[in-house]
Amino acid sequence: MFTFIIRRSIQTIPVLIGVTVLVFMLMHLIPGDPAQIIAGESASEQQVEQMRERLGLNDPLPVQYFKYISNAVQGDLGSSVRNGRAVADEISARFWTTVELAVYSTILSIFIGLIAGIISATRHYTLTDVSIMIVALFGLSMPNFWLGLMLIQWFSIGHISWLPFDTAWFSPSGWGSWQQNVLPVITLGTAGAAIIARMTRSSMLEVIGQDFIRTARAKGVKERVVIYRHALKNALIPVVTIVGLQFGSLLGGTVLTETVFAINGMGRLIIDAIRARDFPVVQGTVLVISLLFVLVNFLVDISYRYLNKRVDLD
Amino acid sequence: MKKELLKVNDLKQHFPIKGGLLGRTVNHVKAVDGVSFTVYEGETVSIVGESGCGKSTTGRAVLRLDEPTSGEVYFDGENLLSLNKREMRAKRKDLQIIFQDPYASINPRQTVRQVLEEAIVIQNVIPPNEREEKIKELMEKVGLGAHQIDRFPHEFSGGQRQRIGIARALSVDPKLIICDEAVSALDVSIQAQVINLLKQLQREMKLTYLFISHDLGVVRHISDRVIVMYLGRIVEVADKNSLFENPKHPYTKALLSAIPVPDPKRKKERVILTGDVPSPIDPPAGCRFHTRCPFATDKCKEEEPELRTTDGMSEQHEAACHYIEELSS
Repeated sequence: MFTFIIRRSIQTIPVLIGVTVLVFMLMHLIPGDPAQIIAGESASEQQVEQMRERLGLNDPLPVQYFKYISNAVQGDLGSSVRNGRAVADEISARFWTTVELAVYSTILSIFIGLIAGIISATRHYTLTDVSIMIVALFGLSMPNFWLGLMLIQWFSIGHISWLPFDTAWFSPSGWGSWQQNVLPVITLGTAGAAIIARMTRSSMLEVIGQDFIRTARAKGVKERVVIYRHALKNALIPVVTIVGLQFGSLLGGTVLTETVFAINGMGRLIIDAIRARDFPVVQGTVLVISLLFVLVNFLVDISYRYLNKRVDLD
Repeated sequence: MKKELLKVNDLKQHFPIKGGLLGRTVNHVKAVDGVSFTVYEGETVSIVGESGCGKSTTGRAVLRLDEPTSGEVYFDGENLLSLNKREMRAKRKDLQIIFQDPYASINPRQTVRQVLEEAIVIQNVIPPNEREEKIKELMEKVGLGAHQIDRFPHEFSGGQRQRIGIARALSVDPKLIICDEAVSALDVSIQAQVINLLKQLQREMKLTYLFISHDLGVVRHISDRVIVMYLGRIVEVADKNSLFENPKHPYTKALLSAIPVPDPKRKKERVILTGDVPSPIDPPAGCRFHTRCPFATDKCKEEEPELRTTDGMSEQHEAACHYIEELSS
């Protein structure tokens, strides 16, 4: 197990290099002269030259890259063009908000998705199953910014004419208290719950049809234990993969969700930075989010080891 | 007088066919359609027949792995079909099954120890402090090493896995074991080993086997009595020697003539059946075999023959044909 972790860590190195190269290139992929664009159209020749010097654009590319990396490794991601604050500080002030949002949403989608999927699979082709799958299809199809707006309208901006009660239960913006957290977490977690439910259902159905499930029943194992100990454990592998990949789109989804709910997280930081052409901030945030994604998939790979004994990772 | 261990009465297993927009039941597959037989303590009874004749379905229905449509299954004098779920789970201690596919029938995520322990714990056959020893003893009994106890199924070969399946069935000290094509998935040399193991275990542990197979060679080797099934019905039942030496039903004769004889000089009289097995959704009226029987008459198309015995047949040898006497001569 230990050797596996070491080896798997080494395998992430090329990924990390790729990520940093891409993030670094961001600056150079801007059409035109980045210094001119960042300094603004009306900037004088001297100001643009100053900006170029400040961004280190006069060095050869490899040197720029290694400077960027060695600074990044030491926690220095440059400073914001807008307000001169360190990018690392800007991010760390918002990092946990986004992580909390993503983690809560993931927990919600796993919880709802697994339960719905198991119910669907154990009662397949019944009305319950069909209803769950239709609801899941809706959950999957709704764009999350739209869902967010609808939730705000229904549950936080007061009375709705066709509801017999006041619906201003949740706060429409911000993050921290539970009244603020509920709607964004639902908004972000819905699509994941739907995908996990569908995946769990089909995976469970496949396993339930296998002989060893019949063996377990022949032993006299209780139906509940058959489902959880024998079927679910074997059905979880594809579900875990989906959860890992889902986490990536979840991080992307935070950009929209945070904007809709005016949450001061990394997602909104990116949006604001893009609007202000604050490229060091964009670079830094994208880097941190990518690292988070790599880390999550690393954890998913390790969890395979526990779920599937045939994956001999050592 | 031998003791009746298992008595099956008019067992039927009809599977609904759902169709149409609303998923209504449009028809039934009559996989097993009125089967009655008795298994005595300590003997090996085989059920043979071609694919789809209902042999495996019969085995599963007896164990209530699929809930039978109707009929009675008496085990030790108690009707299994009248038990509730909890009572049935407890009863499973006495009736075990070995499945055909040793690759699919063991949970890939459990070690051999967990596989064997689960059954022992559920049925609570022995006190916890003796379980470890029991598992090791089981492993040795089926010819596996006690040191292999913590391995996963994928670390074993097909024959070894089937031995695990056997150990699992034995772990709760059952009285009856249903071997559902238990050796069909194994290659011939391994088949012989496993069959010999089954026979040896039967002697040692006084087991009763209901052996489901399509392999007549294997059946001849292991059985005391043989039941021949065709399209969900029993067509002939007899002790092994009577059946193999003196088959009465035309279908049995055709089946037996298909056994290869390892003697190039001996001329074989093959009875070649024409046509396919009719659909079990809508089986032929009268004798179910009449569509393929070389001797069929109008009577066969209308009247369904019952299992019966006549002169020249040994005790307990029965066949379901209108013309046993004529065909014998």
